[in-house]
Amino acid sequence: MTNHWIDIQHSDCILIQGSNAAENHPISFKWVMRAKERGAKLIHVDPRFTRTSSKADFYAPLRSGTDIAFLGGMIKYIIDNNKIFHDYVVNYTNAPFLVDGKFGFKDGLFSGYDADKRGYDKSTWTYQKDAGGIILRDETLKNPRCVYQLLKAHYARYDLKKVSSITGTPEKDLKTVYEMFSSTGTKDRAGTVMYALGQTHHTVGVQNIRALAIVQLLLGNIGVCGGGVNALRGEPNVQGSTDHALLYHYLPGYLSAPRASQQTLESYIKKITPATTEAKSVNWQSNYGKYAVSLLKSWYGDAATKDNEFGYAWVPKAEDGKDYSVMTLFDVMYAGKIRGMTVFGQNPACSIPNSNKVRAAFAKLDWMVHLNIFDNETASFWKGPGMDPAKVKTEVFLLPASASVEKAGSQTNSGRWIQWRYEATKAPGDCIYAGEAIIRIQNKLKELYQKEGGTFPDPILNMTSDGLAEKGGYDAEKVAKLINGYFLADVEIGGKQYKKGDCVPSFALLQADGSTSSGNWICAGSFAQDGKNLMQRRGKADPTGLGLYPEWSFAWPVNRRVLYNRASCDPSGKPYNPKRAVLEWKDGKWVGDVPDGAPPPLAAEGGKLPFIMKPDGVSSLFGPGLGDGPFPEHYEPLESPLAKNLMSTQQNNPAILLYNSDKDMVASADARFPIVMTTYSSTEHWCTGAFTRWQTWLTEAMPQAYVEMSEELAKEKGIKNGDKVRVESARGKLECVAMVTPRFRPFLVNGKTLHQVGMPYNYGWRFPEGNGDSANLLTPTVGDANAMTPEYKAFMVNVVKV
Amino acid sequence: MRRRQFLKMSCVLGAGVALCGLGVDLVPIEAWADEIKKIDRLKTARQTMSVCCYCSVGCGLICATDEKTGKIINIEGDPEHPVSEGSLCAKGAGIFQTTEANEHRLTKVLYRAPNSDKWEEKNWDWAIDRIARLMKEERDKSFITKNAAGQVVNRVETLAHMGSSNLDNEECWSITAWARSLGLVYIDHQARV
Repeated sequence: MTNHWIDIQHSDCILIQGSNAAENHPISFKWVMRAKERGAKLIHVDPRFTRTSSKADFYAPLRSGTDIAFLGGMIKYIIDNNKIFHDYVVNYTNAPFLVDGKFGFKDGLFSGYDADKRGYDKSTWTYQKDAGGIILRDETLKNPRCVYQLLKAHYARYDLKKVSSITGTPEKDLKTVYEMFSSTGTKDRAGTVMYALGQTHHTVGVQNIRALAIVQLLLGNIGVCGGGVNALRGEPNVQGSTDHALLYHYLPGYLSAPRASQQTLESYIKKITPATTEAKSVNWQSNYGKYAVSLLKSWYGDAATKDNEFGYAWVPKAEDGKDYSVMTLFDVMYAGKIRGMTVFGQNPACSIPNSNKVRAAFAKLDWMVHLNIFDNETASFWKGPGMDPAKVKTEVFLLPASASVEKAGSQTNSGRWIQWRYEATKAPGDCIYAGEAIIRIQNKLKELYQKEGGTFPDPILNMTSDGLAEKGGYDAEKVAKLINGYFLADVEIGGKQYKKGDCVPSFALLQADGSTSSGNWICAGSFAQDGKNLMQRRGKADPTGLGLYPEWSFAWPVNRRVLYNRASCDPSGKPYNPKRAVLEWKDGKWVGDVPDGAPPPLAAEGGKLPFIMKPDGVSSLFGPGLGDGPFPEHYEPLESPLAKNLMSTQQNNPAILLYNSDKDMVASADARFPIVMTTYSSTEHWCTGAFTRWQTWLTEAMPQAYVEMSEELAKEKGIKNGDKVRVESARGKLECVAMVTPRFRPFLVNGKTLHQVGMPYNYGWRFPEGNGDSANLLTPTVGDANAMTPEYKAFMVNVVKV
Repeated sequence: MRRRQFLKMSCVLGAGVALCGLGVDLVPIEAWADEIKKIDRLKTARQTMSVCCYCSVGCGLICATDEKTGKIINIEGDPEHPVSEGSLCAKGAGIFQTTEANEHRLTKVLYRAPNSDKWEEKNWDWAIDRIARLMKEERDKSFITKNAAGQVVNRVETLAHMGSSNLDNEECWSITAWARSLGLVYIDHQARV
């Protein structure tokens, strides 16, 4: 989240789109209701009328997979009706920038598309510059090549009639939502956007969020109290696990993972540190070299020296331009090319799309190591439906782990608060911490390589022991300090003394010369210089009165609670809305939240722009960094009810990766599968139900798999509420109970009636037996062009009575 | 009413026992008596702060560990928590059922041999030895020092790791470090999905 949970109460208009917060983030809704008590309006946009919708002042239905059409229409409305926060747009976004004359867009494709490569040459997605390399701009926003005018031209096609025809949302509903939300484009009104996987689980997922961001930037809602683009993250510590890079494509702290073409540390650092000609831009990413070196020092300790490029060669290099994300991982596994897999605390047999393919892939492994607190469909894949154990050669280890209340450590919520928790009791039986299990494996590997030698043992032998307990086991607080970072030598910086062994109190002090270590620069400051663990804080002081609680836990980065907060003030440093000022420039310094960039406001002496993580210091309406376009464009989901995209002749996102194993069948605009389907969760169950299906208090309320459908569809199919039905896609089928409900209504799309159904993905064959298997038996192996987030939320099925 | 007031009420326990002589069905009263005993134990329990293990709101928890048995006897919301203010949804309110109180908790290392139709119990030393041996064998066999273009890549493509956003930051960081030290590139988890 750019903001945080409590901040939601300050919003004047809350747009929840792509989320069912009342049911899936229930306690967050406390703050939505507080906002409503203060007079805020709640808008809910969703294919299904949920408990979130029941609290909304206005609910608008939309067909799954059409958010860009919907939001594109909102962008057009905001521009046409002059609802933009003009001052903010001119000063804090790239609206005035002039774009290269060769950049263009035609019939669904931007300039530079290569159909063979299924990707773009982005060299025309750039700005016009003067002889000195400074970006040309038009502050009046009238030049036809300025970003603002190109944005306007791009969304000119997203008129109410077209949008309604694509989304199935009635035109008057579109207009109501646009009017309500664009009312927050004034200085004294703030609008917030709350979204979750309803936005990300699409082949256009990242562009969905870009569209939300563009709306919020046009309305001046980023950086302000009660505003923001707020992701409601889906797992207890997915924020933390993302920060610590349990993903292939970057290293802890969002440093892009080195690729084969970066053979030297120098070339790598050059790649990850952008340059800018904008004098007023802080360009904080230019510091990334310091963080990369400090990370290497945290991994390799004294073995990392200037002479060996701090151990850079020991870091594996992925192939340039190649994908190694989860769907590719399972595709390669299904092809028999992965020999061994460790799966800790995850249930891919039910959570990854196309479960039949995933489960068959597991059977090709030589071995699997699974760690968890309960058994599940992944660990027991070899005895699942359709499996003959006698034919499955995979060795499987099922390691018993401590539960969350049986260990100490930190967990990062969606608002970036890193909260420490404590061990209430020892875990039962032979359970050990997951951290202890990985340390034991690591220590044993070290021992084997020391004794026997082997291939390239260096990175294993040189891995630091600094995070280990004295007797060599897992020690959460020691690891946490390693993550925070240390000074490795006595040093003086900015007139202050730091001793060897002191914790680094801010990443601003990290160095590129090997004199500091830090396992993750964004966490620097989670310990004070004297070693006090700030994540353990329980202070209830609230100096601004806005609910920032700066002394409760530690928020990354540097305890800043609202990101981009300098954009909440005008260029002189005066808050746009003094009544809800998260920050203010007073008597030569910033007062309030930790300022997002210490420098003075833009118009002051030495003043800088507020978007310090963007190379040019301003936020992006035109976003050339993504792989599928600098402006979001509506494309149909891979499996669509429509044979033709109504917006252009480009049916799908032109940059998505396609798989073609014998289990990757796709059926689009296919009479056999005429119903749109989406998947979601429930309050009582957690994700695939791997924890919650073992708990009677929860299964009592939500015992079994079901498909929700409209009364109209049920009538058409002769299905009554409670009937047993079969749901089928091109990839798989399952049986479950029909829940007939008015919460789904048929859509009118392109002049025809279109039905949509939905299922929770909370069930699996393992337990309780007979209560239904995973909805992911139906979903396709396809994902977003940039992030490879799977398209779980829009694909085609049929439903028949059994 | 506040929790402390409710705990004080537990003093009136004695009266219920006398009712059995009057033919009153004792089962519900015994259940109530068990609850009151639990409230007594809560008064002397050690309180530990934790954070819910489900969605990313991060609601505060108070765990009560019985001073005699050392086991968790209660988990409830933390009224001091600025975001949750003591509230919990159904899942958070039921976290007690993720503890030892749930008979389905895995408590032993289990191993499934090739082509077997069942689990066998093993000990940690055996499991760690075997796992490390398997990892080393595969890594040594399939390690890629240079790619087809002759660039030094030092990676392994036949091993994969997934998970987990359900683990503490310190555990996640340790796993990332371990996976990279082996040379893995197929690394992913819930954040992707």
